[in-house]
Amino acid sequence: MLERNPVIFIILAFVVIMIGTTVTMIAPFKWINSAGDRIAEVKPYTPLQQEGRDIYMREGCNNCHTQTVRTLTADVERYGNGGGYSRSGEFVYDRPHLWGSRRTGPDLARIGLKYPDPKGAWHRKHLENPRSVVPASNMPSYAFLNEPLDTTYSERKMKLLKFPYTQADLDDLKGKSEMDAIIAYMRKLGTDLSVKKAEAAMQPPADQKNPFSDLKNVKAEALSIFAQNCASCHGDKRQGGLGPALKGSSKSDAALFAIISTGVEANGMPGFSGSLDQQKIWKLVTLIKLGKQDD
Amino acid sequence: MNAPTRYNDDSVKGFITWSIIWGTISVLIGILISLQLVWPQLNVAPYLTYGRLRPIHTNAGIFGWGIGSFIGLFFYITQRLTKTTLWSPGLAKITLWLFNIGIASAAVTLAMGINRTKEYAELEWPLAIVVAVVWVLFSINVFMTILKRKEEQMYISLWYIMATLVGVTVLYVVNNLGVPLNFFKSYPIFAGTNDANVQWWYGHNAVAMVLTAPPLAIFYYFLPKVTGNPIYSHRMGIIAFWSLIFMYLWTGAHHLLWTPIPDWIQTLAMAFSIMLIAPSWGAVMNGYLTMNGRWEQIKSNYLVKFLICGITFYGLQTLQGPMQAIRTFSAFIHYTDWVPGHVHMGTLGWVSMVIYPAIYYITTTTNETEIYSEKLVDVHFWLVLIGQLMYSITMWIAGVQQGSMLLASNPDGSLHYSFMETMISIFPYYKLRAVSGFIFLSGLLVFIFNIYKTSEKGKALSTRASQA
Repeated sequence: MLERNPVIFIILAFVVIMIGTTVTMIAPFKWINSAGDRIAEVKPYTPLQQEGRDIYMREGCNNCHTQTVRTLTADVERYGNGGGYSRSGEFVYDRPHLWGSRRTGPDLARIGLKYPDPKGAWHRKHLENPRSVVPASNMPSYAFLNEPLDTTYSERKMKLLKFPYTQADLDDLKGKSEMDAIIAYMRKLGTDLSVKKAEAAMQPPADQKNPFSDLKNVKAEALSIFAQNCASCHGDKRQGGLGPALKGSSKSDAALFAIISTGVEANGMPGFSGSLDQQKIWKLVTLIKLGKQDD
Repeated sequence: MNAPTRYNDDSVKGFITWSIIWGTISVLIGILISLQLVWPQLNVAPYLTYGRLRPIHTNAGIFGWGIGSFIGLFFYITQRLTKTTLWSPGLAKITLWLFNIGIASAAVTLAMGINRTKEYAELEWPLAIVVAVVWVLFSINVFMTILKRKEEQMYISLWYIMATLVGVTVLYVVNNLGVPLNFFKSYPIFAGTNDANVQWWYGHNAVAMVLTAPPLAIFYYFLPKVTGNPIYSHRMGIIAFWSLIFMYLWTGAHHLLWTPIPDWIQTLAMAFSIMLIAPSWGAVMNGYLTMNGRWEQIKSNYLVKFLICGITFYGLQTLQGPMQAIRTFSAFIHYTDWVPGHVHMGTLGWVSMVIYPAIYYITTTTNETEIYSEKLVDVHFWLVLIGQLMYSITMWIAGVQQGSMLLASNPDGSLHYSFMETMISIFPYYKLRAVSGFIFLSGLLVFIFNIYKTSEKGKALSTRASQA
């Protein structure tokens, strides 16, 4: 019978397909994005941020960058930037989601926490020429985003997505470039949750001294750590760039240790406690204390 | 029941020709983007940047080469299995036109950055509608042909074909639901975690309904045709069919392990992925046992090695896939190059390895001639096999390498490697992958040359026959 009647066959095939679909795709609508899932602190995008998000989509950034920090220690350490793993409620305004499937570049779910600089200087330099900041990067250059932003649909987007906006938000779009928009989006990512930075935890114990006070033993390694992590902003010869020159600092070892591990939010300096262990940070401290005359 | 004296094969040839063209474009773009990953200077802003080209590569591959050749082959198979001519050759012609307009516009708009970003559903709404219309027109044509069939029994291949017609329609329509902003942009009706869940329900079942069921239909039809051996067990085929289309739909969330998707959905996806080994291997064993006692054909018949190699890669693919769907293993290799390695074993090793012999076979039958060169078929076979293996193996190594480095930690719990250090360590594999692309491409060109020469031979023969 079944092998003879194509109409019955097609109906039956449809029913069979719909069983798994109903349980794993339709039923979850009851829980996901429901009131219990939402997080009050998470705010919708501003017109500028949404424009930036649309540029992110246009350029297909999602082909190399994910936007979900998994509940794995290594993921939280590497991409959490102090904000922990991703929560479902953080994505309720994302249409579409941009979780991605491949990390040819790092996860960006909390990139806003990593580079808090309000001017986005790091992002600008990096997007214009990724290799000026990360020498071995294989990311394309996005200097072409330095074009005026097309704001024809900005207000309509807000209405369609039902996001609140003010006239001031719309005025804010004037004179902005596509680059400004995507940086505004980058700076928003992951910053809604209030993050208590684990500053105290990374302060060196009061009685602990720098175990690498003699530079001779560690210079080669310190230089390589510096090149990997610091040179992009402080220059390959510590001469300064986006950040200040780092030669012969007069700060105490402990103070330098604290800055490197937790960062200085106001200046846009990221913290490195997640990516560098204490030994490496001490080696950097030793290098930074070094004055010009010692090179 | 008598078969008609002549089947309608014009649209079969049309779809096959164009699917080969789109498939070649997909491979060419694949090679370009593999080179861009090593030499970022090769990105030509803004139209030829990696982010805009990769969706063209996947769309040309899945929709152009995959679906294009499936439509052509299904028109061919359905007519033979129902012993009747195509319901509407005119409609088939219109379908082909729309198909080509759709794929060409997809390539252009994706290069322009008009992109929904949902994987394998990137096309904006006007084009998504074109794709849906192409699919519905094709489905009606095939279904009506089955309805007016002259052969009462429906062979397994027709089952897989009909499941594909329903499945793809449901998946594609749901994942494309959105609200248009203007002609070039829309926003999905789903948000965040919901959108992700819908996307991978779609994404993984595109694998089921586009990259599994259709090649199985082709395999079940052409293996007996090419070898003359009847399929080992019709009953095993039926059990495998129903369990396959039942279980697949539960597994989408294995693409989302450890993410904010509810745990129970992840666990169901993991369990059903492992259960899927059974129906997948049901088809594999059916293929192997069909060859029982006739294995010498793999040497004597130039098409058999493609089919057996293809079903073997299907078997490997359906073991590796469930392994990747296990939480612990996923934590290790997800988001690394292991996954493209897996995908290309499926698309180049399984799907393409089944399409090639089908195209060789129908080129000879529809042109009523012999293959131009069996030797070149062998050259083609080995080049695409070596190219695919080199691709997959280098990417598996790169995935394990990067996966272990990303997880490595220092005694105090901090991470041992920076992200860039992990990338630098896999760049050599990226170069090897680009080489594998060139090897695969050379095999593909040999295939195209042979098909071209064979149909030219057929044309010459028929002209001579009509002059005589």
